[in-house]
Amino acid sequence: MKAHLLYRDRDFDPQRPLVWNAAALVQDLGLGTLFAAMARDDKFVLEVSRRLVLSGLDEGPAHIPYRQDVLRDCLDNARVVRELYAIAVEATEEEKRHYLGSILSTYPGTVLRRSIDLITAYLGMLRKLRRIADSHAEDFRAPGWRALFDVVKRELDDGFFARARSHLAQLKFNNGVLLSAKLATGNKGGRYVLREQPVRAVSWLERLFARLFAERSTAFEFSLHPRDEAGARALNELRDRGIALVASALAQSADHVRSFFGALRTELAFYVGCINLHEQLAHKHEPVCFPQPLPATEHRLSFSGLYEVCLTLGMTERVVGSDANADAHDLVMVTGANQGGKSTFLRSVGIAQLMMQCGMFVAAEAFRASAYDGVFTHFKREEDTAMKSGKLDEELARMSEIVDHITPHPMILFNESFAATNEREGSEIGRQILAALMERGVKIVCVTHLYELARGFYEGTRGKVLFLRANRQADGTRPFRLVEGKPLETSFGEDLYRSIFPPVARETETAGTSEPVQSQ
Amino acid sequence: MDRVLDFRSILFPSFLAVQAHEANDQAEMLADLNLDQIFAAVMAGKAEYNLTPFFHAPQRDMAVILYRHEVMHDLENAALSDCIRRFAEGMREMRRRLERHEKLRFTPQKQRWFLDAVDVYCDAVTGLTDDLSAGAFSSRGLRAFRDYLVGYVASPSFGTLRELSRRLLDELSAIHYCMLINGPRVQVRKFGGESDYSAEVEETFARFRQGSVKEYTFNPPHSESMNHIEENVFNLVAKLYPPLFAELESFCAANLDYLDLMVATFDREIQFYVSYLEYIRRLKAVGLAFCYPRLVQGSKEVRAERSFDLALAGRLLGEDAVPVCNEFRLAGPERIIVVSGPNQGGKTTFARTFGQLHYLASLGFPVPGTDAQLFLFDNLFTHFERGENMNNLWGKLQDDLVRIRRILDRATPNSVVVMNEIFTSTTLTDAVALSKRIAARLIELDLLCVWVTFIDELASLGEQTVSMVSTVVPENPAVRTYKILRRPADGLSYALSIAEKHRLTYPLLKERVSL
Repeated sequence: MKAHLLYRDRDFDPQRPLVWNAAALVQDLGLGTLFAAMARDDKFVLEVSRRLVLSGLDEGPAHIPYRQDVLRDCLDNARVVRELYAIAVEATEEEKRHYLGSILSTYPGTVLRRSIDLITAYLGMLRKLRRIADSHAEDFRAPGWRALFDVVKRELDDGFFARARSHLAQLKFNNGVLLSAKLATGNKGGRYVLREQPVRAVSWLERLFARLFAERSTAFEFSLHPRDEAGARALNELRDRGIALVASALAQSADHVRSFFGALRTELAFYVGCINLHEQLAHKHEPVCFPQPLPATEHRLSFSGLYEVCLTLGMTERVVGSDANADAHDLVMVTGANQGGKSTFLRSVGIAQLMMQCGMFVAAEAFRASAYDGVFTHFKREEDTAMKSGKLDEELARMSEIVDHITPHPMILFNESFAATNEREGSEIGRQILAALMERGVKIVCVTHLYELARGFYEGTRGKVLFLRANRQADGTRPFRLVEGKPLETSFGEDLYRSIFPPVARETETAGTSEPVQSQ
Repeated sequence: MDRVLDFRSILFPSFLAVQAHEANDQAEMLADLNLDQIFAAVMAGKAEYNLTPFFHAPQRDMAVILYRHEVMHDLENAALSDCIRRFAEGMREMRRRLERHEKLRFTPQKQRWFLDAVDVYCDAVTGLTDDLSAGAFSSRGLRAFRDYLVGYVASPSFGTLRELSRRLLDELSAIHYCMLINGPRVQVRKFGGESDYSAEVEETFARFRQGSVKEYTFNPPHSESMNHIEENVFNLVAKLYPPLFAELESFCAANLDYLDLMVATFDREIQFYVSYLEYIRRLKAVGLAFCYPRLVQGSKEVRAERSFDLALAGRLLGEDAVPVCNEFRLAGPERIIVVSGPNQGGKTTFARTFGQLHYLASLGFPVPGTDAQLFLFDNLFTHFERGENMNNLWGKLQDDLVRIRRILDRATPNSVVVMNEIFTSTTLTDAVALSKRIAARLIELDLLCVWVTFIDELASLGEQTVSMVSTVVPENPAVRTYKILRRPADGLSYALSIAEKHRLTYPLLKERVSL
């Protein structure tokens, strides 16, 4: 009995390792904000969402439409999905209310009683699950949901509930404990097996046949002396050997039920996270779309109205989206004004790519891209305060690490890389690295203010490179929108300086500025 | 092929009177040569066989050595050593079961352990007999033992023992009974085919299985003996099968002395070979060679190629290293190897190797090296520096001399002496004078000797002495090669190589100071 909401034909492994560069992705793309928005204080949702976004990049696009279908149903039936999630949470938490100390866990009787209590509680939750399936299954269309509701109806039929109840009654052992045994080591009894006691209500004919054909007419008996305390203990031990087997079986059964709810909770947690995020974006009237995933080999990337989801979550206004079609380009090179939205743009690409690849909707009007088997970020790290040579060394070490882990069809995002040295050297290093990666067929988005570097590519390999530029309005203000355009030699540092240190009425302006200052 | 003689022992040919002539004052020698370490490692985990007397009994009779070489050769065959190992495991298991039989007090339990012991004994014996009958080997010892075994296994008494124990065990393991525990009452009857209830419970909830879950294991109090409730149950079970338990009782009473003395002796003695072979197998695996030495008695021409200290090799095994191999060769009138040279260069190790090789050869073992010819000695003496009495220098010199005296009194031309750094506690003049006297006595005795010393003069006393020196890497004298080479003792070579490193030798210095 499986909940397969993430993969059509297999379980999601909540322990599966994150991509090796998970920490860098979180830091560079600011994913913490995304996960927090999805989690809404539910740590479990946060952990599952994080795990899904940051692993499985190499799985290709096949499971993406499957999850998109499931997610569409979730967005349409948010209340029912949250209800299911609540049941799964309640069931997985139930165990904690039946604490079993490590010492008590050595007594079969204790384990058996606890398991009976747990199973009794689980049966209640399973009934709820069955009721939801009965009343809401029709509202869900995705194959993932249909399969889940089908299996719930099939496996949790009335017969199952009846059998489970009957076991719980029999396990009180009102008619004694029947054990079979063989002679084991040193003629001691061993290989004990708990046996089912024949039901009393058999017909006289059956009793007769049993008499005639069973060899067990001979039976001997002894009785414990009432004051034999050591004997009572020993007899209890013997009884426990039989109970141990069924206690173990029942405890494992409880664990199985719990693990079913655990798996259900894990699979639902991701979609609950998606619902949470969706509600917040819908509240701001930000558009979202279900992206179109393409095979990794096609190296495609195009979008319209793409915005940075973490940025919009932190401000009241809507943010400006970007459009680009880089389907045919190996390299997207972004140049232009400082604080002109270059980094924001770069992050929006990376975040959208990761969201698409785990099956989520994307913060854009439209998004279509290959499911790259690796997404790497190489961002300038501000916190490095080492000397210049040490910084370049560190930067190139990180670059080398990426190359160590490079996949067949990766996407690499560069943000102001190779700037830890002078422009000429940095440009030359950058040129050599980017050129080599392009020839290898890596999809690259590169933000740089190294004019030498940009100009070199502009003059040399124009067809393969898409140049975007931070747009400068005539009035000197800069919306977060990039346009296609050749690299310009001057940056917009002066603008920035002026906006932060305006020549007139500086104090009042800075205090009341409405322009969001993004952190780079 | 010569006629196979009656079997007496796997360690001694049957035409010799078996004599255990364990020398009783060789503890110091064994310690000096680190043979005690070797034997401790070889016998590790084999205390039950009490092999020490065998390892402490060097043999002087060539016939014994050859008899053992043959057996050893055969045992180097992996297939054969595997059957011996299986047999030994069976016998060990048998002893374990007999221990239980002795220890327990409830008669049906004692009887069962006894039956189990007999069963594993029969298996071990027949298994070995089959293996030996099928295997190819040529040693007189093993062939004689095989013939003995074949006769023993074919005997009616063994056949009955085996057959009866088998049948009793089969019948006991077929017993299947049920207990109904209801309050203070326990009912016992034969098993009636009732279904496994735990399995039914499991099946009901199996649909929820996602993966494996933890095992719930309870550790019921474990005891080999039965408590009185178990005894009560057992007595009722026995009442369900009365003839079987009567038969078990009479079986035990009738077969108390089932164990064959010759088989038991073989089980112990064969471990003398097995333990050593197991030990050196690990050393062979790292590329060290062992060979069967030719033993000589009349001639004193001894030699060994690519040999090494077995104790050191065992220690280095733990560090994934192998010792440096060395050679020695004495020809014609040569009797005494004088070892000198830089300290920590492997001199003592070399001396030990010489002693170990001779001792191991006298046990009939293969020895470290690719090829060796060794002397079958009547006594092996060692004189190593003692750590104690260091503050009393006179006492130490006296002790040195007393001990040498004791050796010289007992040594014969057929003895081997290993001496390590004596007379370090006196002046050089004294040491030289005393050493020369001792050397003269040794030469006079015409015995084989290795002498580690800082006194170069000893190396050139006459045609009986051979000089060997420990060496260093010429470019870096701090690095020892652990190679002991036959070359003239030259106290300067070590100092010269250091000078060379610092470009202070005559030609180098001249060059540096020239314009």
